[in-house]
Amino acid sequence: MSTPSLEIKSVTHRYGSRVALESVDITLQPGQFNALLGPNGAGKSTLFALLTRLFKLQQGEILFGGLSINREPRLFLSHMGVVFQQNTLDLDLTVLQNLEYHGALHGLSTREIRARAEQELEWLGLKDRSHDRVRALNGGHRRRVEIARSLLHRPSILLLDEASAGLDVASRQAINGAVRDLCAQRGLTVLWATHILEEVKTSDPTIILHKGKVLAQGIGQALCDDQNAQSIGELFEHLTGTTGQAA
Amino acid sequence: MSAIQYLFAFNGVVKREFWRFIQQRSRFLSALVRPLLWLVVFASGFRAALGVAIIPPYETYITYETYIAPGLCCMILLFNGMQSSLSMVYDREMGSMKVLLMSPIPRGWLLVSKLLAIALISLLQVYAFLAIAWLAGVEPPVIGLLTALPALVLVALLLGSIGLFLSARIRQLENFAGVMNFVIFPMFFLSSALYPLWKMRESSEWLYWICQYNPFTHAVELVRFALYQQLNIQALAITLGCTTLFTVLAIISFNPERSARSGPPKG
Repeated sequence: MSTPSLEIKSVTHRYGSRVALESVDITLQPGQFNALLGPNGAGKSTLFALLTRLFKLQQGEILFGGLSINREPRLFLSHMGVVFQQNTLDLDLTVLQNLEYHGALHGLSTREIRARAEQELEWLGLKDRSHDRVRALNGGHRRRVEIARSLLHRPSILLLDEASAGLDVASRQAINGAVRDLCAQRGLTVLWATHILEEVKTSDPTIILHKGKVLAQGIGQALCDDQNAQSIGELFEHLTGTTGQAA
Repeated sequence: MSAIQYLFAFNGVVKREFWRFIQQRSRFLSALVRPLLWLVVFASGFRAALGVAIIPPYETYITYETYIAPGLCCMILLFNGMQSSLSMVYDREMGSMKVLLMSPIPRGWLLVSKLLAIALISLLQVYAFLAIAWLAGVEPPVIGLLTALPALVLVALLLGSIGLFLSARIRQLENFAGVMNFVIFPMFFLSSALYPLWKMRESSEWLYWICQYNPFTHAVELVRFALYQQLNIQALAITLGCTTLFTVLAIISFNPERSARSGPPKG
């Protein structure tokens, strides 16, 4: 079965009189690592809140497999895994308890959750930490737990909002690499939002968001060629007038 | 989503509440210490001053400790209900609320599951209190401990639903002190938990009517009568009606956008 597509059409979102997103059109490439690059305040988190239905869609349309997510919200939520910028783990519970809670909220049995959790934690190198309290884990490990959790219900789309923010370079690269492996091995569609230029490769389908507007969208290399830029960093600087953040 | 998946979700919500409860042993102790202080210290001091006449459901003169025991059971449920509102606000501020909001299971079902989970934990504490109170001489009929169970469940749901409704209104964790001052204390003191309402009427007619309009009064009376194997129809109707009302209000007031906006500034 092919991965359903995700299309964002003419989406505008306002906080009072302030426009956070303006006529945003984005189509994610199914089964690929899609990079959403934008400086702080670009509107990435607002876009995530709309995609995860934490915010109501004010204007525009979001289609999943051709169906409006407003019409089929539960179907959409069951197909989507999310890692938020902010920690969403319960620090006082163990890794496994956090995973069990999430799995149960997706209608999975305890036995099924434990089997899947073991598999995901092993893949992420955390199997021996499953009974540790999350509070005892470092930032990189917590992020891995969040990724393991987001995969428990076998989503077809994975959204990661600044998943590597606040981590050291090695942890950041490890997490970025692990998510890229997911795309390659499981055919997941990934939307990786970041403001760190080094996390984006020229071969990635890339969306550049700035001040609530999509400035460019396409394969990174093609965008660089269009703008006569030597790198994603130069492209980003050329389009946004800001330098972004190096790793 | 099938019925079995709804049950798995319910199981998950209940288990999380228990895990959190086990982590917070001091919460269990404080939930017991508070009513026990009232029972042992307050009741001893006020026993003589606040004589209690023979009033239904009691068939004879009773000690003041016996009179306030149902009110103290409801006090445990009241504090736990409000504690649940605190934990919802905490979850919202810490970000873990998003996990709940991202579930494909309807939010109404998840909130009702949460209410039932809170009720189950509260009941454990109530029965622990009743066991200790028994040692202090408060001895309702043994069968009454069973007949009071449905009443206690309903009251736990009522107070939990008020807590969830309030959690949707509380913007920050710091505002919880306001809940203590403006909700818990007035609800408890302006009720029949510590003194029969005829006594209140003797001193103030308008306070008496405030107590009459306080749903907590009827919750206490429902439990008091049930402990003595009697059904107070009026108390049941009011408690049931208020539970339904506050559950619906809690579900309606639950605003995911507030959870999405919590936490640090984002990109």
